[in-house]
Amino acid sequence: MSGPLVEVSSISRSYSMRSGMFGRSTAVHAVDRVSLTMRKGETLGLVGESGSGKSTTGRIVLGLEPPDHGEVRFDGKPMATPGTPAWRAQRAHMQMIFQDPLGALDRRLPVAAQIREPLDIHGLGTPLEREERVRELLRAVELTPAHGVRYPGALSGGQRQRIVLARALATKPDFLVCDEPVSALDVSIQAQVVNLLADLQAQLALTLLFISHDLRVVRQISNVVAVMYLGRIVEIGSADDLFARPEHPYTQALVSASPAPGRRSAGRIVLAGDPPNPAARPQGCAFHPRCPRAVARCASEVPALSHVGGNRQVACHLVTGPQAETRDAA
Amino acid sequence: MAPLITIKDLGVAFHGVPVVRGVDLALRKGEALGLVGESGSGKSVTWLAALGLLPRNARVSGSVRLDGRELLGAPAAELDRIRGGRVAMIFQDPASALNPVLTIRRQLCEALALHRHLSGDAVKAEARRLLDLVGIPDAARRLSAYPHEFSGGQVQRIMIAMALAGNPDLLIADEPTTALDATIQAQILELLSTIRREMSMAMVLISHDLGVVAENCDRVAVMYAGRIVEEAPANQLFADPVHPYAQGLIGALPPLDGPRRRLTAIPGTVPDSARMPSGCAFAPRCALAEEPCGRMAPTLAPIAEDRAVACVRAEASRRALLGIAAE
Repeated sequence: MSGPLVEVSSISRSYSMRSGMFGRSTAVHAVDRVSLTMRKGETLGLVGESGSGKSTTGRIVLGLEPPDHGEVRFDGKPMATPGTPAWRAQRAHMQMIFQDPLGALDRRLPVAAQIREPLDIHGLGTPLEREERVRELLRAVELTPAHGVRYPGALSGGQRQRIVLARALATKPDFLVCDEPVSALDVSIQAQVVNLLADLQAQLALTLLFISHDLRVVRQISNVVAVMYLGRIVEIGSADDLFARPEHPYTQALVSASPAPGRRSAGRIVLAGDPPNPAARPQGCAFHPRCPRAVARCASEVPALSHVGGNRQVACHLVTGPQAETRDAA
Repeated sequence: MAPLITIKDLGVAFHGVPVVRGVDLALRKGEALGLVGESGSGKSVTWLAALGLLPRNARVSGSVRLDGRELLGAPAAELDRIRGGRVAMIFQDPASALNPVLTIRRQLCEALALHRHLSGDAVKAEARRLLDLVGIPDAARRLSAYPHEFSGGQVQRIMIAMALAGNPDLLIADEPTTALDATIQAQILELLSTIRREMSMAMVLISHDLGVVAENCDRVAVMYAGRIVEEAPANQLFADPVHPYAQGLIGALPPLDGPRRRLTAIPGTVPDSARMPSGCAFAPRCALAEEPCGRMAPTLAPIAEDRAVACVRAEASRRALLGIAAE
């Protein structure tokens, strides 16, 4: 691992949303001052529930939509304006994989032709070299040329996701954003794809941004994990350590909510209240209405993401504020 | 104790293609049974067939007895009384199970009028009690709201309230938390287990999530390609799975703590139900498969008290798990 490949500094993105046809439009802060650094060859896992802004973050990082504020730098250079030749050249180095492979593939085109498409678009190699590259990519995702002549409908879910992966790897990208790539797959197939992704990452020294709501899968594949809640990062740290010793009350609840075979649900933290609504973001710490440990300060003051030792950062008054010190002293 | 419901040799076929084959299951009063398996394994179809909820093109064979009364082929009027009455069902997508243009009160009261023959103020009071019971805050006022005014977790709570309207002895919960976020899933599972304890209601929890089933059930049946391949008490199944498929499912689950290991993925994919291999359906993906596995489909045979496995290589499989070399 070496220097940073992707640097995200304080990006924000809000959408305006109307409640009803004549309602007043309100701003929804999907992503609020998010900063992330991804080193070469490293996997950063981004977890959170629906509406936490993790997918929007992924889209901004890839330049699929511009941030309102903040900046994304790729390999030391700022992202080019979308649509320009400079942007296209930059984009060949970064690719994206989505949850639904059938939606990402054209049902009327044999899958080999779809793997080849990025090579044609970016003008990589001679036609013969492109054919060879497609065969190589099919092998890389553990499929055969026989699979290449089939249509997406004739493949299983796991095979389709392999095709999407092969296509994403066609331009030899350095950086891959995976948004819930295995969530639609059955457990046994999910394990195949997770193993494949881990192998390919090691072989090709890929940098991954892995977005998922599944803590188990994220831990399996990530070096560093960031937890998002209502558009902000509330905790970030190395994967094993974060799940073993979560500091933020929300991370603690998430880890505790993940069911495990061989453990009865005794001692589980069950959060009260509903999932957060990004359009009605609570004042202060956005998590405080559901937080079992919230104090008065949490309702008024937004906690900043602060270092708490090691490479862990937490945004919680109880962990970083004066209360935390008195708690430790007691 | 006599079983509450007994399924014997249940078979389901669509257009001549069998999707459920020879399923035997029994549930005692108040018991929680988990049914796990991957998509297409027949876990939902088994219970839809048992309750007569499949379309007419489905061929259902075998026997389903509720307190000794045969349900397969029972008259429609009798089934209507049982469904929503003694046996209730909730699904993965609660929003589509509610009528979007009727208030929650209308829909809850309808269920109460049908199955409990309540009317007037009694039915309204009961509807309010049910909403309170499932943890909808401000129940009295929320009764006049429409489904879209509730969050996904709350809609599932309302579905549970409707399921409870008939005072069921058995609740079939088909992937009840799959569409929900992790923290909301924890709330719903806790609600289900509280209600189950208080009403001593039996439950069948259908899920692809081994963790959810392990934590919320007494006994678990694992299905593969339309058959039950292993049945065991929940703690034993996860500590000591015997069928190679059950072992594979548990090995494929990434751990949440301890050292990271490479996941033991099951190679290949689930066979197409129209092109089922002869013999054991799992044999083509099984590392332990031997010549007899391809000849005959193994039957579910007891291996200990409360435990049964459908595998001719069960002994070898158990050795492999315990790390004992075969002689």
